Amino acid sequence: MTATAVPAPLSAPPSALSVGLARIGLELRLYARDPGQVAFSFAYPVIMLVIFGSVFGDEEVVPGVGFRQYFLAGIAATGVMLTSFQAVGTGVTEERDRGDLARLQTLGTPALAYGIGKAGQVVVTTVAQLAVLLAVAAYAYDVPMPTEASRWLTFAWVVVLGILSGTVLGLAVASVVGSARSASAGIPALAVVLQFLSGVFFIDSDLPRWMDQVAALFPLTWMVQGMRSVFLPDSAAVAEQAGSWEHGTTALVLAAWVIIGTVVCARTFRWRRAA
Amino acid sequence: MTATQTAPVPPALVHDEAVRVRGLAKRYSGRAVVDGIDLDVRRGEVFALLGPNGAGKTTTVEILEGVRRRDGGEASVLGADPAQAGRAWRDRIGVVGQSTGAGNALTVRETLDHFARYHATPVPTGELLADVGLADAARQRVTALSGGQRRRLEVALGVQGRPELLFLDEPTTGMDPVARRQFWTLVEGLRERGTTVLLTTHYLDEAAHLADRVGVVSAGRLVDVAPPAELGGALRSEATVRWTEDGAPRSVVTAEPAAVLRDLLAAHPAGEVPGLTVTRPGLEDVYLRLVAVAQEDPR
Repeated sequence: MTATAVPAPLSAPPSALSVGLARIGLELRLYARDPGQVAFSFAYPVIMLVIFGSVFGDEEVVPGVGFRQYFLAGIAATGVMLTSFQAVGTGVTEERDRGDLARLQTLGTPALAYGIGKAGQVVVTTVAQLAVLLAVAAYAYDVPMPTEASRWLTFAWVVVLGILSGTVLGLAVASVVGSARSASAGIPALAVVLQFLSGVFFIDSDLPRWMDQVAALFPLTWMVQGMRSVFLPDSAAVAEQAGSWEHGTTALVLAAWVIIGTVVCARTFRWRRAA
Repeated sequence: MTATQTAPVPPALVHDEAVRVRGLAKRYSGRAVVDGIDLDVRRGEVFALLGPNGAGKTTTVEILEGVRRRDGGEASVLGADPAQAGRAWRDRIGVVGQSTGAGNALTVRETLDHFARYHATPVPTGELLADVGLADAARQRVTALSGGQRRRLEVALGVQGRPELLFLDEPTTGMDPVARRQFWTLVEGLRERGTTVLLTTHYLDEAAHLADRVGVVSAGRLVDVAPPAELGGALRSEATVRWTEDGAPRSVVTAEPAAVLRDLLAAHPAGEVPGLTVTRPGLEDVYLRLVAVAQEDPR
């Protein structure tokens, strides 16, 4: 044994990053042991793809672009929102109601470490979920996958910004909502409304103008549009309200939501239910 | 009375209090839940806050744990204000909560291994499992634990960071008598290792058994502080002398039972005084009177 193998006596508790990394492992382990959650987050996007595929068959949205290919973008974006915003929002309120968060507070857990754990778990589960979804789309439905590296780069930043904004907004919503009961009723309802508003279920250019303007406030709209720019040929950009993919605006809006959500979390995060 | 005057406290010992509280106050929507509590807990002692439900015990402890704001007064816990204290301070206190903090899907060992990573100098998991008697349950999921085992796990989590001061809020509520006894043995073991313990309870026998000193809380106030055997000093010195005279029960409450007995014996020169008993109030009598006096005297 070398001298370095003996741990030096520590006086300060581990850093927020170190606790956060431990929490990512914990969150993933708890996720994997919750069969309902695993089944939901993996099966839901695939089932949506099967339904859209069955309803619309081989019809085309624009020449050369089938419905399955068109809606794959919306389904991928929805999957990101569900595993981040919805799962985090309902999960955090449940943990708070159970007293788990109060326990973490007495341990001196940094709120940042808790956030790192959530975000890390969302990243891993979302990546796995998207891999399954894309594999089913490509192999079972012959949806063409992008071949250019630039498209996969776009895919990566849209997913990362989507995950981050969804996670911090989920945490923010959990601070606002009183109990797990109201969270488990309200958050999925909000998610469904957002899906309709944001054009997950429609052709973007078919939406009424006012609805598109309202939807443009929410990150899901931009995630969906970003995903379309990945999976559809550039010729399909004419079907967008703006007539183009608007990558710059997409990145700005999503980044703005990450910042807004982070600020709201930092100011309102609660370990305990309101007395 | 000069005998009860305390000697001046040497400066070195002033800081040897684990907890020092003066005039602590907390109100919820105008109602005073904690109403001016003064409290000192010495290092190394087991101190019990005893009181009925709603007396303000839990609120007091939560303020001292740094998870609830006070509305008035001063508080110092391990030399720091709990409302301002940071992570290093939190790592020096231990709190036994009502939750493991990680759900029920983990095993006992996984739970302890995980939370070891929050502390500067955690107790090794194997040692901790042996200390709380969970070595045989290490591979069980938390869901599968009995109520008593779960409490042991919560205690293990509370002492994992080698705290100087441990808070136990109503630790044995809902436990069966066997589990309670085992739990008491656990707390005695902590005391032997020098851990200061502040516990709340509404069980008299628990306070009497575990605590070096007991503070009785009622209606948000501390009405008495003493070792369990000396609680309610003045109330305790009163004895009740009972006997039977002309077929009717008689009783006298007095601070000087010997004098009453001398008179009685003189009145019965033939020998026995029928039905004679002399009783001192037990802990329960003293406690009930202390609590009742505080509740009848709203400020």
